[in-house]
Amino acid sequence: MSGYKNTGYEVVIGLEVHVELNTATKIFCNCSTAFGAEPNTHVCPVCSGMPGVLPVLNRKVLEKAVAAGLATNCTITQQCKFDRKNYFYPDLPKAYQTSQLYLPICRNGYVEIEGDDGPKKVRIHQIHMEEDAGKLNHDAKSGSTLIDYNRCGVPLLEIVSEPDMRSAAEVQAYLEKLKSTMEYLNVSDCKMQEGSMRADVNLSVRRVGDPELGTRTETKNMNSFKAIARSIEYEIFRQIEVLEDGGRVQQETRRWDDEKGIGYAMRSKEDAHDYRYFPEPDLAPINISDAYLAEIAAAIPELPDQKKTRYVADYKLSAYDAAQLTRSRYLAELFEQTVVLGGDPKEAANFLIGDCMRLLNAEGREPESLSFSPENLAALLKLVAASTINKTTAKAVFEKIYTENIDPAAYVKANGLEMLSDDSELDSLIADIVAANPKSVADYQGGKKAAAGFLVGQVMKATKGKADAAKVNAKLQEILNKQA
Amino acid sequence: MREKTAKELRAALKAGETSAAALAECYLAKIAAEDAAYHAYNTINERAAAEAAAVDKRLADGLDSPLAGVPVAIKDNIATETMPTTCSSKILQGFMSPYNATVIEKLAAAGAVLLGKTNMDEFAMGSTTETSCTGVTKNPWDTAKVPGGSSGGSAAAVAAGLAPVALGSDTGGSIRQPCAYCGLTGMKPTYGAVSRYGLLAYGSSLDQIGPIAHTAADCAAVLQVIAGYDEKDSTSAKDVRFDFAAALTGDIAGKKIGLPKNYLGEGLDAEIRAAILAAAEQFAALGAEIEEFEMPMLEYAVPAYYIIASAEASSNLSRYDGIKYGYHPEGFADLEDLYLSARSEGFGPEVKRRIMLGTFALSSGYYDAYYQKALKVRALIRQNFDAAFAKYDAIISPVAPTTAPRLGESLSDPLAMYLSDIYTVAVNLVGIPAISLPCGFDAAGMPIGMQLLGAMWSDDKLIDLAHAYQLHTDWHEKSPARKEAE
Repeated sequence: MSGYKNTGYEVVIGLEVHVELNTATKIFCNCSTAFGAEPNTHVCPVCSGMPGVLPVLNRKVLEKAVAAGLATNCTITQQCKFDRKNYFYPDLPKAYQTSQLYLPICRNGYVEIEGDDGPKKVRIHQIHMEEDAGKLNHDAKSGSTLIDYNRCGVPLLEIVSEPDMRSAAEVQAYLEKLKSTMEYLNVSDCKMQEGSMRADVNLSVRRVGDPELGTRTETKNMNSFKAIARSIEYEIFRQIEVLEDGGRVQQETRRWDDEKGIGYAMRSKEDAHDYRYFPEPDLAPINISDAYLAEIAAAIPELPDQKKTRYVADYKLSAYDAAQLTRSRYLAELFEQTVVLGGDPKEAANFLIGDCMRLLNAEGREPESLSFSPENLAALLKLVAASTINKTTAKAVFEKIYTENIDPAAYVKANGLEMLSDDSELDSLIADIVAANPKSVADYQGGKKAAAGFLVGQVMKATKGKADAAKVNAKLQEILNKQA
Repeated sequence: MREKTAKELRAALKAGETSAAALAECYLAKIAAEDAAYHAYNTINERAAAEAAAVDKRLADGLDSPLAGVPVAIKDNIATETMPTTCSSKILQGFMSPYNATVIEKLAAAGAVLLGKTNMDEFAMGSTTETSCTGVTKNPWDTAKVPGGSSGGSAAAVAAGLAPVALGSDTGGSIRQPCAYCGLTGMKPTYGAVSRYGLLAYGSSLDQIGPIAHTAADCAAVLQVIAGYDEKDSTSAKDVRFDFAAALTGDIAGKKIGLPKNYLGEGLDAEIRAAILAAAEQFAALGAEIEEFEMPMLEYAVPAYYIIASAEASSNLSRYDGIKYGYHPEGFADLEDLYLSARSEGFGPEVKRRIMLGTFALSSGYYDAYYQKALKVRALIRQNFDAAFAKYDAIISPVAPTTAPRLGESLSDPLAMYLSDIYTVAVNLVGIPAISLPCGFDAAGMPIGMQLLGAMWSDDKLIDLAHAYQLHTDWHEKSPARKEAE
């Protein structure tokens, strides 16, 4: 069987990703965008849709939207404008969302991802600017619904991909690429738990070789990469099952319940809104000059892919290591600073990708929450390079740096963790061990070369792990071979 | 005796013959005594006396502006913090705006004293002020007739001497037509000249706030205070520099005025046609050059206007849902029932008609046939006006096909009512300024108005044309009381 996991079916997925911009103020007024405030404390007549108010575009929103478009290889619409999307819902106080339909700010871009069959491009249909809605809080006890308008007017970018993804893994790779790109651009924090990055998944399946696309469904309400992956797997097999049973997939909007691991139909195509889009008359069309575009382009920092290429070329890192380091702008910057401070690139990468990510993952934390300094990591790498401490000790010291940002040199000294550097002391210790273990010596000399390992272990034990194991091994071999 | 103008009140205040407090008291007393006959006002400003006293202190400290100490009436679709803002709709009964419109802030800074909020067609939808939920306003020239609309309350207040000047709003003629019906001078400024921040929107791309007054000079006085860039309104123009004081020369020799022949054809009352032609002759006598021409596409303006205005209105009025403010139904089963009840009970029939019309025009499958086509018509009409203003400093035109109709005659035939907007709506579609001013009376003694249309940003020059006319005519000096005395 071919196709997705040998089902004989091919999967076609396109995403609509909402990214909350990290501007200080809202898109059309001066209210704060800070997350987590008391309900209805970040509101004014404009964002609460009082009669007679008018929007004024926050220029920072335009700036970030253009940067996002340039970084994703889009064409910027230099004559762009806003449109109104009309629908009734209590979280939308004007009963229309100011968005973009006819002339969105960015069109026809792409990002490159590591696909199931190697590198591939996921095309971006468009990116548009729009305002977020408020939040409804359903109070089960009183049976009432309270409206919090704090989020009303928080700026969003909606990034609409073409249906270019073929699996949950490709969706994850695409989302991670978007997330890291937006973070590098300082466009968004992309925190899925706080809703600053949200994805709607459009998915259909078709028999391998079928030229026609299948009927698609749209799944909403997922707040983690894991939930998205799970919902995709669920929906793929649900659709295949429907088709295998001789049924037809209904075009509908679905909701994912991650706790139960089940998707539900929310509304069918017949219930779909007619949003009655039309040009927003309260905002003048936006004219973007070539000079403005050049200015934004010049301010775009080195992006993940460029960094990755540079790390492989300059630091001789593997492509895998370079990709791991550049996933997070914070991690990449920590790495670069450590190298500038004299840390060995390969060793720095090993600590950050290995020990550091392992510790972060265990705690479910993001690299941005790291609190240790590159100075201390570089100092640790220097201690290793100078053979002041061995690798086992270094790992233990790194954990202290990770948790408490200690100065490794001072810490090693205070705890007496340096390797034994006095050869005469080591020589006499080895002589003692050899004398105390005649059986092992005899075994070795009788051909059981593994017996040397036991003797090395005894020496290391006697030094409390502070000896250079390679050096101990060399010295032992010398003595044992001489004796023979 | 004819009513005092803002300009005359300013002179009296400057000469120390009166005070802001005395003026406010005088107008409030007149409103209390006489407004029952007209119902020009929805709300009287209870703080007017106190505010006038505060203005007197500022006058003593040297405050000087074209409206310092002058009482002003405000159309009830302009947001005020201290008085309800209702748009004469049940859905906004008792609504207190949490902020002031920019024009209200500007009037306050200039020392104008607000008398109250004036009646209007519900959400400015109508040509008679009969769609108001607070009751009809009557024309002071004949209380059996309508004052026009939608700014009928503001026009009736000024015509009856219950305010020297007033603010109205004009989306398709809502300032100019009531001025024509009530013998007043009123202006729809260039779109973007006056901030719309705080004007409860009807058709956002068409709406403008403007003055209703006795004279062109008073229109200039009001505009001098309220016009100008507002950072809160992205559609307000950045560098508008009208110089109304310098513009009022009264010298119009050599100005070229176009007279569109097809505006004077079938459908226009003969008395109005005669009055317009006489006014054109008057302009010629003052040294202007009058030239007849054809203004194409007149018949397309009304349909294009009603599609665009209704489409925008259907969206603008969506926020009135009974949840956040205004009318809230007693009981409802669920969210949909709440929306249905609030909007069914809160809006009147004319508003519902236009919401449905606009919703239809924007619907999937109809957008291109209606809204998109209306935008194309709008662009063509703009081209025609651009071509006309390449030749003329102004265009002279009727305001309405008839003088004020009797109360109760218009609403039964909405289509006929819409068609009576034929001379006014193109101005809003294009965004150009137009001033409406009196130019005669019909046989029944009802005022006849004309309008002068100008190129974008020619507001001050347009006012000067009207001013020159008023220096040599006295139609604007007639008032209902004086007419009766004759």
